[in-house]
Amino acid sequence: MVPFLQDNVIYRGVYCWLGGNEGNAQWCGGDGLLPGGYEWVAYFVAGLTIMLILVNGALLGAAVFVWAERRLLARFQARRGPNRWGPWGILQPIADLVKLLIKEDIIPTAADRIAFTLVPIIMLMSLLLSLAVLPFARNTYLANLNIGVLYIVAVSSMTTIAIFMAGWASANKFAMFGAMRGVTMLISYEIPLILSLVGVVLIAGSMSLVSVVEAQYLPFILVQPLGALVFMLGISAELNRTPFDILEAESEIVAGYHTEYSGIKFALIQAAEMAGVLAASGFLATLFLGGWSGPFLSTQLGALWFLMKLSFFVFLFIWIRATFPRLRIDQIMAFAWKFLLPLAMINFLATAVQVYFFGFYHGDVPGEITRNEQWVMAAINVPLAVASIVAFGHFAREGIRVPAVRLESIVPIPRVAEVD
Amino acid sequence: MPIRTEPVTINIGPQHPSTHGVLRLRVTFDGEVIVDVEPIFGYLHRGSEKLAEERNYVQVLTLTDRLDYVASMTNNQAYCLAVEKLMGVEVPERAQYLRVMTAELQRMASHLVAAGFLLQDLGALATPLMYCFRFREKILDLFEMLCGARITVSYMRPGGVFADAPEDFWPALDRLMGEAPELLGELEQLLMENEIVLVRTKNVGVLPLDTAIAYSISGPVLRASGLPWDWRKADPYDVYDRMQFDIPIGDRGDNYDRFRVRIEEVKQSMRIVSQCIEQMPPGPIRTELPFVLRPPAGAEAYGRVEAPKGELGFYMVSDGSIAPYRCKIRSPSLINLTVLKELLVGWKLADMIVTLGSIDINMGEVDR
Amino acid sequence: MYGLGLAKGLMVTMKNFIRPPFTVQYPEERLPQHPRFRGEEFVWYDERCTGCASCAKYCPLGIIKIVTSPSETAVLEGDKYDIEVFDIDIGRCMFCGLCVEACPYDALFMGSGFERGRYQRKDLVISVDELRQAVKRPSTWFRPQLENARYDPQEGEPLAWEDVGREKWPWHKQEKAGAKINRTVHRGGAESSQDKK
Repeated sequence: MVPFLQDNVIYRGVYCWLGGNEGNAQWCGGDGLLPGGYEWVAYFVAGLTIMLILVNGALLGAAVFVWAERRLLARFQARRGPNRWGPWGILQPIADLVKLLIKEDIIPTAADRIAFTLVPIIMLMSLLLSLAVLPFARNTYLANLNIGVLYIVAVSSMTTIAIFMAGWASANKFAMFGAMRGVTMLISYEIPLILSLVGVVLIAGSMSLVSVVEAQYLPFILVQPLGALVFMLGISAELNRTPFDILEAESEIVAGYHTEYSGIKFALIQAAEMAGVLAASGFLATLFLGGWSGPFLSTQLGALWFLMKLSFFVFLFIWIRATFPRLRIDQIMAFAWKFLLPLAMINFLATAVQVYFFGFYHGDVPGEITRNEQWVMAAINVPLAVASIVAFGHFAREGIRVPAVRLESIVPIPRVAEVD
Repeated sequence: MPIRTEPVTINIGPQHPSTHGVLRLRVTFDGEVIVDVEPIFGYLHRGSEKLAEERNYVQVLTLTDRLDYVASMTNNQAYCLAVEKLMGVEVPERAQYLRVMTAELQRMASHLVAAGFLLQDLGALATPLMYCFRFREKILDLFEMLCGARITVSYMRPGGVFADAPEDFWPALDRLMGEAPELLGELEQLLMENEIVLVRTKNVGVLPLDTAIAYSISGPVLRASGLPWDWRKADPYDVYDRMQFDIPIGDRGDNYDRFRVRIEEVKQSMRIVSQCIEQMPPGPIRTELPFVLRPPAGAEAYGRVEAPKGELGFYMVSDGSIAPYRCKIRSPSLINLTVLKELLVGWKLADMIVTLGSIDINMGEVDR
Repeated sequence: MYGLGLAKGLMVTMKNFIRPPFTVQYPEERLPQHPRFRGEEFVWYDERCTGCASCAKYCPLGIIKIVTSPSETAVLEGDKYDIEVFDIDIGRCMFCGLCVEACPYDALFMGSGFERGRYQRKDLVISVDELRQAVKRPSTWFRPQLENARYDPQEGEPLAWEDVGREKWPWHKQEKAGAKINRTVHRGGAESSQDKK
C-alpha cells in the first residue's frame, strides 16, 4: 500500500513514522514504529490525521468567516461590527458558540425527533465530504478523485435533503415554507450549475480538481467567463446567499427551515452554512482562478495563493450580501431557467466546439489545450459572454421604466371651501 | 391516487420581523399564493381617545406623540390646530414657520424610515436601512437640540411652540441641508435603478385610483396612485400657502411608485425647509394662553394636517371643562391598512411583506 | 439595465466600506448632548420649592407624589411647607416635561442624564432625599434663563439654587425662599391647615 499524498509533509511524516519499511523505502527511507505487514494502520492513521486537520480547519474557518462577515457587513453598512472581545472582536464567534452551547436545546413536541436531530449532522457532513477533493496547495488534498467535479456536485446536493428534513420535521408552517422553497430552488439550480462546470471539464480533459488546476495556464475565469458567472450565481443559490436567500428570508418566513432550531443544533446548521461559503469560494478559486497556482512560487506558497483567491471570493459573497435585496421565488426560478440555463448551454456548446477544434482537429499538442490556445479561447469567449448576457438580459429588463413619478405643481386644485 | 392539497392558514404576526409592530395578519395561502388576508389589530391599543377625555388640553398633547411615534411633530401639529380652532386662537407667524419647518423635517425622517424598512422587507440586509437611519439620525439630533427629545418631541403647544430654536440650531440645520442631497443621492443611486428592487416592486400591489378613493386612502399611497391630493396644497394650514413645492405623483400606484413618491417628497420637504429658513420672521413664538385651557362649551373643531402617512385629523368636542369631551383621531395608517386585502389577494407571500411595507403603517397609530 | 443598476449599488456600498463608520462606541465615546435634553435625573431645589404640587397636578400620568406638612413656624405669614415626600416614579415617566413647565418657582428641572438603569422597579422612584443630595446639573429645557447664561449641563458646574431662578425675590437673601421671615409669628394658623396633605 502506498500513500497517495506523497508530497504532503504531514501525511508522509505520520505514515513513515508509523509504517515505513523496506517496501516503501524509496520515499520513507527508514523503519517505522509498526512491524511489517501493518502498513494499513499507518495508512489509516495518516489519513485520519489529515482529516482531523481538515475538519477542524473547516469549522475554525467557519468561525473566522462568521466574524469576518459580521465585521465586513458592518463596515458596508457604515457600522463597526463586533469589537468587544479580543482584538477587533475576533473572539466574538467563540462567545456566540458558548452562548449557543449553553442555550436550551428545544425540540418541539410535534416534531419528528429523529429527522429533526439528524438535520444538522447531514448538513455538516455533506459540507465536510465535499472538502475532501479540494486541493489546498500543491499535492495537498485528502483524495484526488478522478470524478472530483461530479463528486462535489453530488455531495453538496445532500444539503437539499437536509433542508427538506428540517422543514418537515419541525412541524412548523414557516419551516415548511422554507423547505418547500429550498427544494424547488435548489433542484432548479443544480442544472445550470452542472452545465457550467462541463466547460471546465472539457478544457481540462479531466474531472479531477488537481488536473483542473494544472490545466489552467491562464485562469479559467477568462477562458470560461460565462461558466464562471453561472457557477457563481448558481452556487450562491445553493448556499442560500443573497439575492437567493429565500429559504431563510427573515423578513418573510422568520428563519425559514431552521426556525425551530436552537442551541447547538442551530450552531451546527450555521457552521455548515458558513463553512459552505468557504468551500464554495474554494471551488470557485480552484475551478476558475487557478487554485493554488500563482504567478510565482506556486510550489512553496501554494496555500497562500489559494487562501488569497478564496478570500477574494468570500469578500465578493459578503459584498453582494450587503448590497442586494432578495428575489421572489418565481423570479428566482425564471432566472434559473430563462437566464442561467441558456447561458450555461451557450457556454457548453461554444467550449465544446473550441475544444474539438483546438484539442483534436488543430491542436499543436494533441488532446491538450495549450496556453496560446487558451488565450485564443478567452478572446472568443469574453465577447461571447457579454453578447449573450445582453441578449438574455431581457429578463432583467422586464417591466423596468425608471421615471415612474412625475412632479406636479397643483395650482388648479381648488380650496375645499370653494368646492362646496 | 391524486395528491390532495389544501390551503394553509398562517398567522403572520403579532410577533413577526416585518409586520411593523404588533399587527397580526391571518393569511390563507394556496402554496405561496395568498387566497385571503385579514388584518387583525388591537394589540397596541392604549385607549388614547379615552385617555384624552381625562386630561387637560396640554396634557393630551403628550398622548399625540405616541400615536405615530416616527412622526410625532405632525401629530402635535394636527392636535394643536384642532385646539386652536376650538379656542379661536391665532398663532404668531414665527411659530407657524417653526411648525412648518419641524413638520417637514419630521416628514423627511418618517419617509426615510418607511423607505428603509421597505427595503429591509425586500431583504436587503439592513444596508439601505442603515443609510436611511444615518440620515434620519441627523434630523433627530436637530430635534434634540430644539426640544430635548428625539422621538416623542412634545414641541408644539396650543398657541405656538414651546420655545424658540437655540442659537446653535440654525448653523446645524444649514449643515444638514448641505449634507442632505448627498445622503439622499447615495440612497437613490443604491436603489432607484437596482434591477432586483425594480422587479420586486414594479407592477406589484397595484392600487387603482378609484379603489384608493373608494377606500378613502390618503397620503403618499393615494398620490402614488396618481391623484395630486395633498392638504398642504388643498387646504393650506400654517404657512404652507407661502411655500413653493411640487407634489410627486405616481403612474400606476404600485409598490415602486409609493417608494419613489416618498423619496421625491423628501426632496420637496428639503425645499420647504430651506424656504422656511429664508423667510423665518422674527417675533413671538407663542400666544400666551393659560396652562389649563377652557374652550367654550359645545365647541367643535376638526384639525387636520398632511401627516407623512396621510391625512391625520383630530376632531375635538368641548363641554366647557378643562378636558375635551371627545377626541376622535382620524389616523391615516388605520384607513390605509383597510385596503390591504385588495392589494394582496393573488400575490405571493414575499409580495405581501413588501406591500405592507410600502403602505407604511404604524401600529401606534392604527390601534391608538 | 443589464445589471448596471446592481453594479451602481455595489459601488455605493464600497464607497461606504472605505469611509469611517458613523456609529459611536457608546460607553467610551458619546455623542454631544444638547443642553435642552430631557433627561432622567430630575433636578429639584428644596430651597425654591414651596410644595404647591403644580408639577404633580400637571403630570399627565400622575407619577409625582408630594406630601407636605405645615412648618413649625409662621405658615400664615408665608413660611413654606415642609416637604416630606417628593417621589418621582421615573419608571412610568414619559419625559414630556410638563411638570417643569408648570413649576412656577423654577424649582424643578429636567435632568441631563439617561443612565439610570436599575434592576428593580422600586429603585426607579426618585425619593426626596435622593433629589436633595443629587448633583444638580439641570437641563435648560423650558428654562430660558439657563439657556441665556449658556449653561451646559454636561460640562458646566453644578448650579446652586440662587443661580437657576428667573427672578430674585427680596427674601432670597434668606437661606430659604419664603422661610424664616424676621417677623413675629402667630402660632394659631398651623392647626387649621393640619388636615391638608
